[in-house]
Parts: sequence; structure tokens; C-alpha cells
Amino acid sequence: MHIVICIKQVPDSAQIRVHPVTNTIMRQGVPTIINPYDLFALEEALRLRDAYGGEVTVLSMGPPMAEDSLRKALGYGADRAVLLTDRYFAGSDTLATSFALSQAIAKVGETFGPPDIVFTGKQTIDGDTAQVGPGIAKRLDLQQLTYVAKIGSIDLAAREIEVERRCEGGTQMLKSRLPCLITVLEGTNEIRRGSFEDALCAARSQIVKWTAVAAGIEDLTRCGLRGSPTVVKRVFAPTARAEKAEQIETAEKTLRDAADELIAAIFTRQPPLEHELAFNNGA
Amino acid sequence: MSTANREPARPAAGRAGIKKELPDRFKDYRHVWVFIELERGQVHPVSFELLGEGRKLADKLGVQLAGVVLGPPGEATWYAVAEAFAYGADLVYIAEAPLLADYRNEPFTKVMTDLVDTHKPEILLLGATTLGRDLAGSVATTLQTGLTADCTELDVDTDGSLAATRPTFGGSLLCTIYTLNYRPQMATVRARVMPMPQRTDKPVGRIIQHKVSLAEDEIVTKVLGFLPDSQSAKANLAYADVVVAGGLGLGAAENLQLVKNLARAIGAEHGCSRPLVQKGWMPADRQIGQTGKTIRPKLYIAAGISGAIQHRVGVEGADLIVAINTDPTAPIFDFAHLGIVTDAIRFLPALTEAFTRRLSPHSRDKLAS
Repeated sequence: MHIVICIKQVPDSAQIRVHPVTNTIMRQGVPTIINPYDLFALEEALRLRDAYGGEVTVLSMGPPMAEDSLRKALGYGADRAVLLTDRYFAGSDTLATSFALSQAIAKVGETFGPPDIVFTGKQTIDGDTAQVGPGIAKRLDLQQLTYVAKIGSIDLAAREIEVERRCEGGTQMLKSRLPCLITVLEGTNEIRRGSFEDALCAARSQIVKWTAVAAGIEDLTRCGLRGSPTVVKRVFAPTARAEKAEQIETAEKTLRDAADELIAAIFTRQPPLEHELAFNNGA
Repeated sequence: MSTANREPARPAAGRAGIKKELPDRFKDYRHVWVFIELERGQVHPVSFELLGEGRKLADKLGVQLAGVVLGPPGEATWYAVAEAFAYGADLVYIAEAPLLADYRNEPFTKVMTDLVDTHKPEILLLGATTLGRDLAGSVATTLQTGLTADCTELDVDTDGSLAATRPTFGGSLLCTIYTLNYRPQMATVRARVMPMPQRTDKPVGRIIQHKVSLAEDEIVTKVLGFLPDSQSAKANLAYADVVVAGGLGLGAAENLQLVKNLARAIGAEHGCSRPLVQKGWMPADRQIGQTGKTIRPKLYIAAGISGAIQHRVGVEGADLIVAINTDPTAPIFDFAHLGIVTDAIRFLPALTEAFTRRLSPHSRDKLAS
């Protein structure tokens, strides 16, 4: 079984700061990580390979430094890493990104064997759109299975797969066909520690690097800013509220008195709420 | 459903296509559409919230607002149609077929893109639910148009373009995104970001039925079963009237019990900020914020939450925000209405007790008298 997994190198958003004066992102010194949601997808891909045999190819589109993330993925035990990197990709929105990645996946298929499953994480933590996975599926005409919490049986001979997919209010049990694209939900599995051998291998592995042309993309106008139908017109910081919170003073007060005072302040601002809460708690 | 026969995405002008020169083939795209999400007989409330927002956009543009209902033949589907009118739709497109009973990407994408190709809306809005996100990505890719995810604000520009504002960089900044040279202009909005509009007694309007030309045996993916969430596991955070949440200031996983105790005492739902989910202290469906749930309660109590912008965008719709934090400079005090600078671990038990005292049956009698 050949599994392709797409990962993205993202800034650790917990550590991003906005410049107080210029309202621009201060990227300097912000560490980059593999998008945390992609790690669940990577682990799922490795588990399936271990169970059914085959190979895992990790694919990433990004600047040359995204090589770090690919090397980490190799350290977890992936068999091969491909980096799609070209200045033509700069400024890609989700439509342009899914175009480039789908072309690269097709090229991976030609070069290393057609994929049975393409994995992505549920979404990235920098863009948060959850659109690239569905975009790839549509372009490659793969069955699309999003928010998958569990992969059940795979019948390689019959080309069938059963998955559990989370949706509003419950879980859908689906039966579908290979090849398919699966976006993996967080918490699906526990991410392994890579073995020492894998880590050694990863450090020495050759990472396949493709430009747009090398990935088989003929129409460069479909990449990057030019291939992106969405245009960011304005970036700004959210406006601050005029007033700060009204403070409940705690000095020289017992916790009990402070609590009573806070509750009084709550019910002064929201008088009907007291009745509702008391009603809901009615003994 | 190959996309190969479509025109490649090629902006009409400029490197980023900033200059608006709408190609002729898009010039007759009119009207605002809202996808009415119907799953297992239930309309998702986000669809009504979107009708409220869609109404404003349609009025600004001087066009009609339409709901789009895809579902199995039967009462539930027609009920969704009537509800769409009651929440402000001028007309409703309805596609009925047994194969639209349970959501599957393939038939829904096919029917939705057919509808768009036939009736040409200029704006198409969907809820950013699991269903809406699954469908929106496929529809936008098939139509080769722009899609802006998880918007927090929608508006119409002076030249009639949709201005879709969404948080970026984990919520630290907002950006306004345009789809200038393509139609429809698509956007998703999460539940509870927009207020629920007033329901009116207008259960009728113009109905346009769309014939589904797709057979079950053409659809690859089959639904084998559905397992509803057990009542206890279901976190109804987004629609709760009162929410209590904990953050890193609680110090340890076991202190989350203090949040749960207060929530139980006042009949609230409990939640948390993102770092707690990342630490595995609470399940992801309890997370409040940009990547978690957006909430709009009457009362929100944040204990030990510093109030990073990522969290702020998820709670701004609350009527009353109360912050408990040891750090007087924590950003949460910039958007909370009431604040108390104290240690949540010590204060929460006192608050729980005080609420219990005040809300006891005895004091309830006093209130009623």
C-alpha cells in the first residue's frame, strides 16, 4: 500500500506576537513546528503501513526551510520525503495550494507508485481553513472522507475501506473505495516516538526537492498569487474595547465577601439571569 | 466529477488580481444564497444565523436572498423550507432525493454545483460546521472560485464586492478577503458568530424545485450506520446560556474540577482555552476560541484564562464576560465586563458556594415574593 501524507510547517501560533505599533506579525524568533493536526495523520499513515505493508511518502509545500519538518517526519518513520518548493507558490490561497499539491501527488504517483490513500490533518493551525484536503480530493477525483476519527477495515483486494467520521451530533460509519483522501481528527491516536534508527536515517536521507516544473505543473498562472481567486485586501488588529473591565476590589476582604460582591455585580447587569439560574437549580 | 473541463483560475488583471474586471461569464451572477444545513431531519441553527446576515447583504446589494435546501423527500425537508422563509429568505431552492438523506460529499457537491451553475448566485454562504466545511471546499474547488473560511464579519463594499473578514495567524490579526474576479463569492461562518435573527410568521415564499439527476449506484461512498453522541458526552457549549471555562492559570489538570463544580452549581456548560486541550486536560469539543467553539452565552466566566486574541474571538459575543485572573495586566481584562484580580484556584470554591447560597430554594422564594 502506498500512502501519501501532506504536512505543513507552521509557526508555533502560541508564540506569535503582534507588534504593538505597526500591527504586523513579529515572526523573528518564532519557532516552526509540524502542524499539530498533521501529526495525527502521519501516525495513522505509519500505523496502516505497519499493518498492511507498503510505503509512506511525506509531501510538503513550502520554503526550503520546510525541509526540517520533512526530516522530522522521516524521523518518525516515514519512508520518503518530497518538498515542493518554488517562488511561484508564494502567496497561494487554498485553491492554488490544493492545485499545486494535487499536481505533486500525481507526480509522486507516477514516480513512486500510485497512492491508495492520501492523508492530511483536519486543518492547519495558521490558516485554520480545512479547505486544502477537500480541494486535493476534488482535483484528483478521490473519495473524500473528512474528520475521520477511526479507520476500520481496509480490503486491499476489493479496494474497500471503512471509516468512522465525526459529524454534528454523532459518528457516521462509512464504506468507501480506494484511492481516497482522509483528513484525520485530532486525538485519533497517540503519536509514536521515532526509533533511534529512524532518526539516524532521517539525518542522512535525501529529500526529494521539486520545483513547480519538476512536479509537472505546466500552467504556472494557476499557482501562487496569480492562481488565487481570493485577495487579502486589509490586515488589521482587532479594535480594543473602550472601557476596561469593572474591577471587584479584593483588598481587605474575605473571599466570601468578594464572591458575594461579584455575584451582586453580575445580577445587577443581568437581572433576569438570577431568576433563570435559580429556576434551573430549583430544588 | 472532474474539474478538468473548467477554465483554469486566471485573474483578469494584475499579479494579485486586485483590479476588478469581472469576466463576462460572471456578469449575470446575482443574489445571495444561504445553504440550509439539514442533517437527519434537523436544521442547524447556524443556517438561520446566516440568513440573518445574508438578509443584510442582499438588502445592501438590492438583490434577493435565497435558501438552498438539500434533503430526502418528506416532511423534514419541507419544514426546513418553511423555516428558511420564516428566517428571511425570499425564495428557496429545494432538491429532494432519497440519496440526499444522509450527508455524503459526492451527491451534495454535485447537486450544489449544478444549482450554482444553473441559477448563478453572486454570494454563497455556508456554516463552518463539519458538514459545511466538507461541502464548501469541494464546491469551491469544482467551481474554481474563492472561499473564505470561518469569517467573523461579512459586508458589501461600495462596488458591490463581498468583504469577508476572518481572523488570521491564530487569531492575532484580522484580515479582509475579497474574491474579485470569480463567482460565486463563497464564505463559511461558524455557529454563534452572527446573532440569531428574529423569526417571523412567513412560512411561504417562492419555491424553485431542482431535479436531482443522480442515481444511488453512481455514488461510491455508502453510509453503513450512524451512532448518535450519548447525552452525557454531548457538549452543547455553543448554545449554552451560561458557560464557565478554565485556562492555564488553574495550574493542574485536577483543578479543572473547580470549574466543573461551579458549572454544575449554576447549571452551566464548562469549557477551556486551547492550551488545556493541547495538554490533554480536556477533550477538544470543550475548547472555546478561534479553533474551538464560538460561544454567545448570557454569562461567561473565565477562570485563569489570560485572554489571547485566539480566545477573545470565540467569546466576544457573550452578553456578560467575567474574568478571574491573578495578573491585572492580562488581556482578558481589556474585553471582560467584570474582573476580579485573584487566584482562581482559591476563588472558584468561594464563588461556587456564594452562588449556591444565593440561588438556594430559600432565596428563590424571597425573589419571587
